[in-house]
Amino acid sequence: MIPRSFEYFSPQTLDEALALLQKLGSDAKLLSGGQSLIPMMKLRLVTPSYIVDINRIPGLDYISESDGQLRIGALVREHELETSELIKKRLPILSDTANVIADPLVRSQATVCGNLAHGDPANDHPATMLVLGATVIATGPKGQRQIAIEDFFPGLFTTALQEGEILTEIRIPVPPANSGGAYLKLERKVGDFATAGVAAQITLDAGGNCQRAGIGLTNVGLTPIKAKQAEQSLTGKKLDQATITQAAESAAAESQPMDDIRGSAEYKRDLVRVLTARALGKALQRAKGGA
Amino acid sequence: MAKVPIRVKVNGVEHSTEVEPRLLLVHLLRENFRLTGTHIGCDTSHCGACTVVMDGRAIKSCTAFAVQANGREITTVEGLEQNGQLHPLQEGFFQEHGLQCGYCTPGMLMTGYAFLGTNKNPSDDEIRHAISGNLCRCTGYVNIVKAYQFAAQKLRDGGAQQ
Repeated sequence: MIPRSFEYFSPQTLDEALALLQKLGSDAKLLSGGQSLIPMMKLRLVTPSYIVDINRIPGLDYISESDGQLRIGALVREHELETSELIKKRLPILSDTANVIADPLVRSQATVCGNLAHGDPANDHPATMLVLGATVIATGPKGQRQIAIEDFFPGLFTTALQEGEILTEIRIPVPPANSGGAYLKLERKVGDFATAGVAAQITLDAGGNCQRAGIGLTNVGLTPIKAKQAEQSLTGKKLDQATITQAAESAAAESQPMDDIRGSAEYKRDLVRVLTARALGKALQRAKGGA
Repeated sequence: MAKVPIRVKVNGVEHSTEVEPRLLLVHLLRENFRLTGTHIGCDTSHCGACTVVMDGRAIKSCTAFAVQANGREITTVEGLEQNGQLHPLQEGFFQEHGLQCGYCTPGMLMTGYAFLGTNKNPSDDEIRHAISGNLCRCTGYVNIVKAYQFAAQKLRDGGAQQ
């Protein structure tokens, strides 16, 4: 399959890339990992006239920690996230997530920021970023602005990025002590999108009760879903079996799956229930210092 | 559409050429450079038959543009054999019956080439994880895992390149 012809630009700096986007307008597409864009171009689902390849811009492939924030630059590949010792130590939920995205060959190229910027509710990082309370940094011609992840996915394949903006960084507040998280996904086979996926992140207070809980859902609605009622049902509670079961049922009720080749809506809703309970169990274990 | 000049090193040989931006890397290798060892399987990023190694990373050459390889170094299956000697991975696939029809083999070999470059002593589980983006419809994967282990052992024993 051959994509439609396009003109190719390979800016060497971020400023150059922003100027190009402004000049070329809505017919331009950014190429970073390309693992969603190129297949869509081959199927001619998208037919951009201009490709702005940001892969040659130096200094965008950092994973760093400063001021209590973990920062992930625009060109960090999923492979880096998957193998980063810093991530494994600080935020194992992110290693979980990277580990089940597509397959290892795709992860060599695919970027974490691209996984958000694509706006696909079947992508895995959005649910995880929702439970971590991440902030997206959008850089445009007028400078940078911060977008809370909860405001980043207004609709199907739509993000809060405006024309001419580049998602240059994801910032994640490093969770306090006694926190833990996990991401679980059921996929029919490696490389498939989730039949359903659930991210859970909790922080325990000194008494061992749940101080803060985040539950995010993948591919069971038109956008990534933050299961707020399920989260609230956990706050201040001891995370025993009954509490977890109740939250899992609530998350299932908050999901909005549709029938498709991966299963019926009813099946997926039940899957959300099961995965939420398991993800919370694993998050709790990690919050208590387990693996 | 205007062609773009690129320089790319493939299996140690420098190539300079001009390509349409929409040309896929796998077509550059197979059609422009006549390196047909790299196979096109699904052409939809699923099967891994087109896997090549770019700057040390195994990637799907059907899901990269040739222009993205500008200034980079590519290794294809043709680059594994050195001085008439099979690479330990190739020898492993031969010794352990790691292939039947052979269609997935170039991709399996290149994934292994990058993988064993970073993991000298892999477990069977780690190998299975590493090849999870490469489909094989013949072997059931068991002998491919054995072939990787054969190669890993031989490379540890100082068997050759890498």
